[in-house]
Amino acid sequence: MCGIVGIYLKSKKFEKSLGAMLSKMLVSMESRGPDSAGFAIYNSDKNKTYKYSICLNEVSFEKFKKEMKKKVKFTNIEKNSDHVILKSIEKPNKILPILDSYEEISLVGYGKSIEIFKQVGSPSNVVKKFNLDDFSGTHAIGHTRMATESAITTDGSHPYSTGEDECLVHNGSLSNHNNLRRKLKKSGSKFSSDNDTEVAAGYISDSLKRRNLKKTLNKGLGDLDGFYTFIAGTHSGFAVLRDEIACKPAVIAETKDYVAISSEFQAMAHLPNVNNAKIFEPEPGIVYSWGK
Amino acid sequence: MMILDLKKLKLRSVNERLQNIDRKNKRDFVISNPEGNHAICAGLTDNIDVTIKGHVGYYCAGMNQNANIIVDGNVGTGVAENMMSGKVHVKGNASQSAGATAHGGTLIIDGDASSRCGISMKGIDIIVKGSVGHMSAFMAQSGNLVVCGDAGEALGDSLYETDIYVKGKVKSLGADCEEKKMSKKHKTKLKELLKKAGSNIKPEQFKRYGSARKLYNFNIDNVSNY
Repeated sequence: MCGIVGIYLKSKKFEKSLGAMLSKMLVSMESRGPDSAGFAIYNSDKNKTYKYSICLNEVSFEKFKKEMKKKVKFTNIEKNSDHVILKSIEKPNKILPILDSYEEISLVGYGKSIEIFKQVGSPSNVVKKFNLDDFSGTHAIGHTRMATESAITTDGSHPYSTGEDECLVHNGSLSNHNNLRRKLKKSGSKFSSDNDTEVAAGYISDSLKRRNLKKTLNKGLGDLDGFYTFIAGTHSGFAVLRDEIACKPAVIAETKDYVAISSEFQAMAHLPNVNNAKIFEPEPGIVYSWGK
Repeated sequence: MMILDLKKLKLRSVNERLQNIDRKNKRDFVISNPEGNHAICAGLTDNIDVTIKGHVGYYCAGMNQNANIIVDGNVGTGVAENMMSGKVHVKGNASQSAGATAHGGTLIIDGDASSRCGISMKGIDIIVKGSVGHMSAFMAQSGNLVVCGDAGEALGDSLYETDIYVKGKVKSLGADCEEKKMSKKHKTKLKELLKKAGSNIKPEQFKRYGSARKLYNFNIDNVSNY
């Protein structure tokens, strides 16, 4: 089943309350996905610093910090429950191999504006654990998971990030992910799980090297076989796509201040002025995008 | 008129109250703050009036008998699914599978209905003032589907004996669905249905679609259509 949610702010009015808005959305989608939850929140610092979102798993924060001090020049390292945000002006091509070689931890995302947190457990516990209510930002995407085709683990939780400031959440299932994973691996993509959505995320990242998000998703209609409603995020906004059969739901509410999307309207019922919003269902096979 | 506020009352207690109407009780209700909840007004059996003020979730007014339900907002998947009788009027848009499998009664949607509107309908009259999405009236068996806007792909696929009337464009017809002649009998019926929905569009502006009846029994020449 799974629940997906997203908010894109068109004005600055709600930037400080973005986390609180998303948090309520995630909690109300608990009935669609009680196994794990996660969110990606974009807050651009407008400087050259990269943020690396890392799940420590069993590693202690002190130990990790000590090791990183030896290997990486970083400006800040901040713990949030079992996740860490490491800030550094060093480029990903230098940092990523170092983090990759550290087997006990998992890198969940990186970029100049994205921060990702995801963990097993009910959405209400996950948002509390990471204090999502206190986050601010420009846009955010979240997911509540009812596991179907791979295990309930942090690696199996959404959002999936396979490129700088990119992320993907997915309600549905893909049937050609094994073939696609093999093809993408050959052209250099890396995957950390057996999950179908990670393959779609990898597909999008790979394609974004050559075309924009809208064109990428349009191409995906032909290459990704299965059921899906996707929300794909980039540093400047997000896009929504439903497969052409459209078994998986989605509803969008748009006001002058924000665009919200969720699997069911009840996830948006608490949003400010939502009863006066333009509310519609994204049509099957059509890419909707906000931001650049 | 009694106001039932879903911010204060539990959905289950509201539905229980509406499902167990005492003859002496009030028969006119308003539900406020529905906030997208599912199964609001499911399983009503009495001749009562209920107005829901706001957007609702899935299966609103499901299995309805006799009740007259107005939704002043949008509805989620499966509004009035398996309705037996009564009337459901949606003032906004409807999500997929509106009026699915319904045996009777009237469903009026002022806005658009998305995919699979009237799927497997068995006698209900559905009047959509906007457009309907793909696979509408799939395997529809009886009743009428009126669409004042356009219809999406594969309209009336594997259709039985439902009459479909569309005013706008039909993107494509499904297997075994074809355009039919609009006889006087059909014009009279359509006029009556449009009147029920408060519309004065002329029946002459619609086209009628029905079953070609070629897939009723197994025929090896049609195997690709099954």
